[in-house]
Amino acid sequence: MSIIFEKTVAGRRGARLSKSDVPPAEPIEARYSRSSALQLCELSELDVVRHFTELSRRNFGVDTNFYPLGSCTMKYNPKVFEKIAHLKGFFSLHPLLPQLRGAGLLTQGALAVIYELEKLLCEITGMDAFTLHPMAGAQGELTGMLIVAAYHKYKNNRKTEVLIPDEAHGTNPSSAATAGYHVREVATNRKTGFIDLQALESAMGEHTAALMLTNPNTLGIFVSNIEEIAKLAKKHDCLLYYDGANLNAVLGRFRPGDVFFDIVHVNLHKTFATPHGGGGPGAGPVGVRKNLERFLPISRVVKRDDNTYKLEYDYPDSIGYVAPFYGNFLVCLRAYAYILTLGAQGLRRVSDNAVLNANYILHSLKDLFHAPYPDGCMHECVLSAQKQTEREIRAIDIAKALIDEGFHPPTAYFPLIVKEALMIEPTETESKETLDAFIAAMRKIAEKAETNPAELRAAPRTTPVGRLDETKAAREMDIRY
Amino acid sequence: MTYIANTDKQRAEMLERCGVSSMEDLFRAIPASLKPKSFDLPEGMAELEVFAHFEKLAGRNHTDLVTFLGAGFYDHFIPAAVDAIAGRSEFYTAYTPYQAELSQGTLQAIYEYQTYICRLTEMDVSNASVYDGGTALYEACQMAIAATGRRKVVVDGGVNPIHRKMVHSFAKNLAIDFSETEVGPRRMERKKLSDLIDRSTAAVVLQNPNFFGVIDDQSDIVKLCHEKGALAIQSVNPIACAIIKTPGEMGFDIATGEGQPLGLPVSFGGPYLGFMAARRSLVRKMPGRIAGRTVDVHGQEGFVLTLQAREQHIRREKATSNICTNQALCALRAHIYLSLLGTEGLKQVARICRDKAHYAKQRLKRISGIEVIESGPTFNEFTIRLPFGASECIDLMIEKGFAAGFPLGRYYPGLDNYLLVALTEKRTKYEIGWFAEALESVICR
Repeated sequence: MSIIFEKTVAGRRGARLSKSDVPPAEPIEARYSRSSALQLCELSELDVVRHFTELSRRNFGVDTNFYPLGSCTMKYNPKVFEKIAHLKGFFSLHPLLPQLRGAGLLTQGALAVIYELEKLLCEITGMDAFTLHPMAGAQGELTGMLIVAAYHKYKNNRKTEVLIPDEAHGTNPSSAATAGYHVREVATNRKTGFIDLQALESAMGEHTAALMLTNPNTLGIFVSNIEEIAKLAKKHDCLLYYDGANLNAVLGRFRPGDVFFDIVHVNLHKTFATPHGGGGPGAGPVGVRKNLERFLPISRVVKRDDNTYKLEYDYPDSIGYVAPFYGNFLVCLRAYAYILTLGAQGLRRVSDNAVLNANYILHSLKDLFHAPYPDGCMHECVLSAQKQTEREIRAIDIAKALIDEGFHPPTAYFPLIVKEALMIEPTETESKETLDAFIAAMRKIAEKAETNPAELRAAPRTTPVGRLDETKAAREMDIRY
Repeated sequence: MTYIANTDKQRAEMLERCGVSSMEDLFRAIPASLKPKSFDLPEGMAELEVFAHFEKLAGRNHTDLVTFLGAGFYDHFIPAAVDAIAGRSEFYTAYTPYQAELSQGTLQAIYEYQTYICRLTEMDVSNASVYDGGTALYEACQMAIAATGRRKVVVDGGVNPIHRKMVHSFAKNLAIDFSETEVGPRRMERKKLSDLIDRSTAAVVLQNPNFFGVIDDQSDIVKLCHEKGALAIQSVNPIACAIIKTPGEMGFDIATGEGQPLGLPVSFGGPYLGFMAARRSLVRKMPGRIAGRTVDVHGQEGFVLTLQAREQHIRREKATSNICTNQALCALRAHIYLSLLGTEGLKQVARICRDKAHYAKQRLKRISGIEVIESGPTFNEFTIRLPFGASECIDLMIEKGFAAGFPLGRYYPGLDNYLLVALTEKRTKYEIGWFAEALESVICR
């Protein structure tokens, strides 16, 4: 389809603006004003609506297709939360309004949302205090690493290194590095799927500032020797960081705060059903243990004795501002509404069903696809196209063939430590019928890998475009019209 | 209430396939010693009750005040089509377009968004956006540090103080030497700034219009930066770019800004949109996603995420930044907004905002006791000095139904009597008149 700039018709207008009711000001002096022509588009409102509607039909979303993208928790985003986020009292609320009177007396509803959501996240994760400020999961990690740095500085510890298992999400090492730490990878024990204790013991020392872990980890396995790991870390005053990317597996079953984790981030756009937006905005609130609360970003919301809420900035040891205001408020608002809707029992059912759905897929496919950990999984299962490579079919071919069957592919080639990985996370909101259709498609593809591999390599055929030339894109760098 | 489809009967069938007899068996990997010490959350609620609860909370926020509050975040008119289009779930329930074939909608939208940002700022290249204007500014500093191999960053005091605070927080644990100019509520102080720029400077960070609302031509500082081998970074108001001299025209190396004015609600602080544009030679140092146009196996045009070798999922600890996602849905809103307004519409919004601010300025000048700070042309915002504390004045104005502006003393010690007043196209002549009358009565009380 054509680019929006190709559709422009001189003189056409898409928005009706009110006429100015004040006399025009003198034009800005030439030296301060734009001299070259502004070249946006000239389109009618219908032109614009048609353009974007056409674009939207060239996308898969959770509402259109099963989207079992491992590690991303693409669950259904209930519509009522969208409606709540559009309430004028939140949507049109200026973030500086609380500063105009009594540190928040004009925005008691919004401050209540922040305060109460923080309390709920504390209870869900077992932490003592939360901040909603980090604007994405990766920013939560960075915030966590800045807290690690502040803690060690406070204690006069000289620490230079952060340990991260080799199965970790790419953001873990880059967030630690962004905060100024040297990153050391620790091998995974291929047999158990856990971080290798011996390797960890030899890597850890006085210089270790923190250990970042995801549990269940990216292999979809619950790391059950976490207590031993924690003991080791405590010996060296190494803080334990919990990447909450996979929290959807363990709601009401496991709380990182109960087992020595010092810092936690959660992805509201994963576990708490806020939309992924095509790649953002998300939200990555961070929780800490009591002894780290003093380092949390400012501002913080506190409750006064008269039950009103107040913004407080007086935390001299705080790491400062990681967001302009209070985080991605409208995202947090949706997550708060989600937690209130589900309640304790509902959240437990989320994890139960997420884990059941993933195991159902694992046990329905492990005969045809190599499963490095075939006995069971948590909320996602990792399969591999290793068997299919004998027919020169790779994970990417299976992924693309799934598109023709009407499914968004799983995450491919991650975790890095599994060859030809296909990481499948169905989430709890998918029905057995959908899972059965997906399983049937996977089985059909496995069969085709034997009988007609060429057809798989030619997939996808049903999409607006076929496989794209990424090398050409990087070389020619056509990144604007 | 949950959103789970499967029935008990289906669950029983599924458990059987998994070879276990109960849900508990699926969680056998979690040892009993790790069971939660508590999980004390309220009971769930039905949709009707939840919505009513939030309507009540929303009602406890005072969005009914006539507002002159801006300080970098502006309550502009948003055409209904922006919400209608951004509310299409094919956009908002998708994820990062890793699988290009089924994400052509998102990818083409990013490509077009990048084009808009380049054209607005008159820069060569743009990324797909970052979280907000503050993050964009920090990432721009990091780009300059990587490009120059130097570690000193000079920041003008007229840059939004919130963004400056963010930059400092992110850099706290890194060996970066920040120098900031101390400023009054006026135009950039060139001498102070120039004195700080030397051969060890990686970047100079400026804002236009500055936090006090003053428009400037900063070409001279850019020239000085380049003489010293430093990069020049400018944070801009994207709507102002329609009519004021652009970062590209002034020769800046990197342009960033808060994209909120482009069709995003003020929404109590987020989600917002950090835009970033740069000279072409800096593209490989840019953080975040970038969409590019290419061809498919049949030679047909299509879009992909490109230059991914910069990014965390490939480079891990060696990535240019830890940023994973962009703010795709926010960038989409900006894209829709710009497409609806078009060339003339955006210029008109910019002009009307400036006209209204100018009108308000003239109106407030007539009030004895108020000094309007005049140190150069202004855009949609300007600074006034009151005969007493701005916070006290604001408090009195709330009683009269106005959010009168932002008290500069909050971020600038010694400026307690100064008030920053912002206007958008939403304020009418009458509201400005009532505002002036109310202000006069408060001052002469």
